[in-house]
Amino acid sequence: MRNDGFDQFKGSHDYVTSEPLRNAVNVSIALGRPLLVRGEPGTGKTLLAHSIAKGLGKNLIVWNIKSTTKAQEGLYVYDTVQRLNDSRFGDKDVSNIKHYIKLGKLGQAFTSKEQDVLLIDEIDKADLEFPNDLLNELDEMSFYIPETNETFKAIHRPIVIITSNAEKELPDAFLRRCIFHYIEFPDPSLMEEIVRVHYPDLKKSLLEQAMSAFYSLRQIDQFRKKPSTSELIDWIHAILASGIGSIDPAKELPFLSTLIKKESDYNLFMTTYAKRRQLKVSETS
Amino acid sequence: MFTDFFYTLRERSVPVSLTEWMALMEALSKGCITNLDEFYYLARAILVKSEAYYDQYDVAFQECFKGIQVPPEITEQIMEWLKDPFNRLQLSPAEMALLETMSLDELIEELEKRLREQDEQHDGGNYWIGRGGTSPFGHSGAHPAGFRLGGSGGGRSAMKIAEERKFRNYRHDLTLDVRQIKVALRQLRQLNRIGPEELDLDGTIDATCKNAGELEFIWKRSRKNAVKLLLLMDVGGSMEPFAHLCSLLFSAAHSSSHFKDFQYYYFHNCVYDYLYKDIERRDRIGIDHVLRTTESDYKVVLVGDACMASSELIDSLGSIYYYERNYRPGIARLKQIAQHFTHCIWLNPESKSYWNHPTIAAIAKVFPMYELTIEGLGQAVKKLIVKR
Repeated sequence: MRNDGFDQFKGSHDYVTSEPLRNAVNVSIALGRPLLVRGEPGTGKTLLAHSIAKGLGKNLIVWNIKSTTKAQEGLYVYDTVQRLNDSRFGDKDVSNIKHYIKLGKLGQAFTSKEQDVLLIDEIDKADLEFPNDLLNELDEMSFYIPETNETFKAIHRPIVIITSNAEKELPDAFLRRCIFHYIEFPDPSLMEEIVRVHYPDLKKSLLEQAMSAFYSLRQIDQFRKKPSTSELIDWIHAILASGIGSIDPAKELPFLSTLIKKESDYNLFMTTYAKRRQLKVSETS
Repeated sequence: MFTDFFYTLRERSVPVSLTEWMALMEALSKGCITNLDEFYYLARAILVKSEAYYDQYDVAFQECFKGIQVPPEITEQIMEWLKDPFNRLQLSPAEMALLETMSLDELIEELEKRLREQDEQHDGGNYWIGRGGTSPFGHSGAHPAGFRLGGSGGGRSAMKIAEERKFRNYRHDLTLDVRQIKVALRQLRQLNRIGPEELDLDGTIDATCKNAGELEFIWKRSRKNAVKLLLLMDVGGSMEPFAHLCSLLFSAAHSSSHFKDFQYYYFHNCVYDYLYKDIERRDRIGIDHVLRTTESDYKVVLVGDACMASSELIDSLGSIYYYERNYRPGIARLKQIAQHFTHCIWLNPESKSYWNHPTIAAIAKVFPMYELTIEGLGQAVKKLIVKR
């Protein structure tokens, strides 16, 4: 039973959402259009789809796009090489093409018996023509296999979530058909909620120290890659696992390699900022 | 409905199409939007397809919907407040007199006037709308006849968010800055596409048949789109920070995606007989030599403000450096470059509105000229990779 209301998705207990994001998800479900999510790496775009599937109790199909992916692969794959091999060596019956047609992820979503959530992850990794090739299928929710002369039409329109890292520009015709949302980097209060979801027993003082250290690292413009949400969560995990009770601003930050991933950034931090922190603390003490 | 909003968005260069507008109308007709805030998010999700346009959306939203939300709420509040006779008792006799003289409409006008005048939060005063003060408007104050305005509520109102304009940094039409290098680099990625290895089906079938049916796989590499780049930068004076920025940008692009060849030279104001290998312009190389030794399939990017006295561009011996002694005018040299190379573009840090200056216009006729913004960079790169 489909509820046409705009309030189906309320988030799930292990994924914190902001109100604009919930709104965007509900709009996309109600209008039946795919949702395109963009944001900095590590802001939880992929996890959003998992959270939607969990929140609405639907099955999740994940299609990870690589740079070599072609749109056709999402619909179906006709395994010619296997058929050639079987005809030469095997005893299988090669006259029926249907045995060699395997449905791709999009095809699976269309032919599923119930409404599924389809995640197309990192669509901008693929070729520039890739989103255009999918246009027709996403619009009409049906595709045609010329080899077997069959048309597959979606029984239930799947909820399509598309994530993009903003590596390449996506074609306009594709963007027209999507609902768009940009996940901003969370502000401190939202970040606190997110951390609390993962570590409900975290001490308030440790959390505050970690957050202040994290945000001060993000202020440094010269970093090639600033630490993101997922790195903060890993860092806190490392701190908790090692049993460190508090972070002393005067001393070196523990487990810095979970936050800073580039060697140049690490060197920059150690030479300039570590010294400055020590100087500052010795001034105030 | 809201067609003004549609046209205002387009005026602000947010690319909204009719299809998207109809989708918005469809969503509105399903009837689940109850207030302006929800409309703000709904329209943004459906109409704006890149965070680069979020700021322009905020500006357009403010333009169209400013002042809509506030009056109805005040009227209701005031009416409710005034209906309660107990509240009236708290007014001093002087204030009661004032209340008699001013009609309700005038009171509302006064309130709106103060709302417009005040543009920041103000606490503890007695005129502005704020908190904890004795002004009649605001909340948590000590004035007996105060109207409660604002204060804690669920979420921030859409107007507030639109006014904050927190997406200003995501815009793509501001002059390039060091902080945007990362985004600009992505635009340059279009310059380099290497294909992966793939199965050559025809070749495989052919080879298999020749092999009496034993499978033999043939692999081939898709065509490499190898790019050779020549960067010419105007240095000296006001152009220096931009030259530095550009050299940073293109060398970053080179170190990350390795152009087949990358060369850069400097010039001042205009290209005359020599190009320089260094910024101080001491180590020079003749332009004829460069043109002879560089193949014409190099992509050429010139960066400069193209702004100089007309004589510097058009006259022989026009260079402002006496000892440069160029017998061929600068414009002739530029035309020489444009004719030798198949793909050239000019990046100008000045905004388009200044491009009616005579020398800029003249140079724009020789090379396609683009602004030195992220958007301009993207368009310029597209021009560079298009096939002739």
